[in-house]
Amino acid sequence: MGRIFIDLLRLNRQFAAGIVLLSLVTLFALLSFVSPYPPNDSFVVPPDLPPSWTNLMGTTSRGQDLFWLLTFAIRNTLLFGITVAVISRILALVIGLVAGYSGGLVDRALMSINDTFIVIPLFPILVLFYFVMKDHMSWGLLALMMACLGWAYDARLIRSVALSLRTREFTETGIFSGMSMRRILVEEHLPYVLPIVFSTTMNNINWSIGFEVTLSVLGFTDINTPTVGVLIYWANQHTALVAGIWWWIFFPVLLVILTFIGLFLLAVSMNEHIDPRSRLGRSEG
Amino acid sequence: MISGYPLYLLGRLGQFALVVFIGINIAFIVTHATPIDPVEQSIAAATQFGSTSPEAIALMRQSLRELYGLEGDLAEQYVAFWRRVAVGDFGPSLSAFPTPVSVLIGRALPWTVSLLVVSTLLTWALGNLLGGLAGYYAKNRTLRLAGLLAMAFHPIPYYIVAFLLLIVFGYLWPVLPISGGYKMNMTRDWSWEFIGSLLSHAILPVCSLALVGLGGWFMGMRSLVSNIVTEDYVTYAELGGVKRGRILGSYVMRNALVPQVTGLAMSLGAIFNGAIITEQVFGYPGVGTLLVSAVHVGDYSLVLGITTVSIVAVSLAVLLIDLLYPLLDPRVKVR
Repeated sequence: MGRIFIDLLRLNRQFAAGIVLLSLVTLFALLSFVSPYPPNDSFVVPPDLPPSWTNLMGTTSRGQDLFWLLTFAIRNTLLFGITVAVISRILALVIGLVAGYSGGLVDRALMSINDTFIVIPLFPILVLFYFVMKDHMSWGLLALMMACLGWAYDARLIRSVALSLRTREFTETGIFSGMSMRRILVEEHLPYVLPIVFSTTMNNINWSIGFEVTLSVLGFTDINTPTVGVLIYWANQHTALVAGIWWWIFFPVLLVILTFIGLFLLAVSMNEHIDPRSRLGRSEG
Repeated sequence: MISGYPLYLLGRLGQFALVVFIGINIAFIVTHATPIDPVEQSIAAATQFGSTSPEAIALMRQSLRELYGLEGDLAEQYVAFWRRVAVGDFGPSLSAFPTPVSVLIGRALPWTVSLLVVSTLLTWALGNLLGGLAGYYAKNRTLRLAGLLAMAFHPIPYYIVAFLLLIVFGYLWPVLPISGGYKMNMTRDWSWEFIGSLLSHAILPVCSLALVGLGGWFMGMRSLVSNIVTEDYVTYAELGGVKRGRILGSYVMRNALVPQVTGLAMSLGAIFNGAIITEQVFGYPGVGTLLVSAVHVGDYSLVLGITTVSIVAVSLAVLLIDLLYPLLDPRVKVR
């Protein structure tokens, strides 16, 4: 594991860039633990100050120091993405492995449902969900909802690997020596699909953060928990751009773009690493 | 025993029915299984200011329950829900009373559909063409740079890209219209002036959709092509002196396009999400803008109507791609 990590870092520039970007973002998020201001306090600093040495990213019209506020926002945003990824990973693994292993009718039934979830447009459904929940909408609830809707693409990928594992000799050996289906899946098949799961996790985090930002900017989430999207929402509410308070928009957008590109680079480079053909091509050239 | 194309057709139709079925069920569950009563919420919002007589509240509760389809037990509500979907009747809109929801959606749908069709076809064609070239001429510097640019925009969500374009062309360099579907107060005849206005208003929404979408097709096509060019039949064609353009067009790209069409069908839902989000940013008069404003004014029947129509429309579009698929992949017919 450590060996692979060092190899990737040394040979794959995309991976290295992704790691650097994400480390910076994570470090920034960790700064929230030493923030001098609690996240929801307003008017603790003079409002509308441009970036300076005392207020690195300026201050908002609500009298918050943008630098420290943003550390909380990116922490919540990252946590959101990770929560969705963990829950949806469990769903994707169970459904993908079972479908691939069982084959036949079970596989076809599960994949039909799976394809349905890939096709259904989620944005209107999430908006409908907000509309029903309104003030009861919370960060955790949205994460749960997104996890329940966002497992399908990865389940399909896992299933395609599991399908080929099914015909391998070690699976037959497992069946003949009386291993239960659960044990075969967990002990024999799971290790094979884990590399794919790692790479799709990055994509899934990207996907869920993207939705979270979009919904928050429109005000369709809990707007009192600071996330990057909620920050942009408040900036828009105070017409920051028209008022010339560009830093209120610029820094959150910049930070979230760095996060997206970092996660994406990790996903792409891990994907390449999993496929031995492209891995060899890279280390030669 | 049926086989070949009819069997394929039957499978796709079944999948279409399943998507609509599950989608509508999700909509039902979301609206009915949550512990929050939308009726009580609306009443609370309406009676927040000033006192209302108890009789008026009772009357209001009654009509709201009717409107939200909350009469009878859960089974009756479920049947009623499906009936409304089947006949496409979502009642009158609350915000534009008494215009029926279906009329409002019908007015917005052409905008969304044309934006979606134009941008998707453009993005898909351009992404695949550039990706195919980049895979075939792997050493070309211009194509590498194009790939890098496409990849840089790809992971950024639709909203942020649209927002960035809005800032650039709205505040920093105001040369393009940033809001609406055509110039305000223009008569809607098919004059050149009107068509020009339509086109110029569509530039930014189409561009932001294309910027996000290009990278995916580009990367997919590039890796497909770079795998196919190592196949024996391509080497054979090269040794046989077949022209490079012909090899790329008929030998390599055509084969690589097959999974890309499947990919298009699979990602249509996500592209639709992107389109309606982008619409909202640019105030484009389509379904997305309608949806967001419906939420802001608390128009339940409109939100529900748009959700349902979206599910059905996207699955229909996927079905259409599936039906055209055999034209590209003849294997479907003989299987």
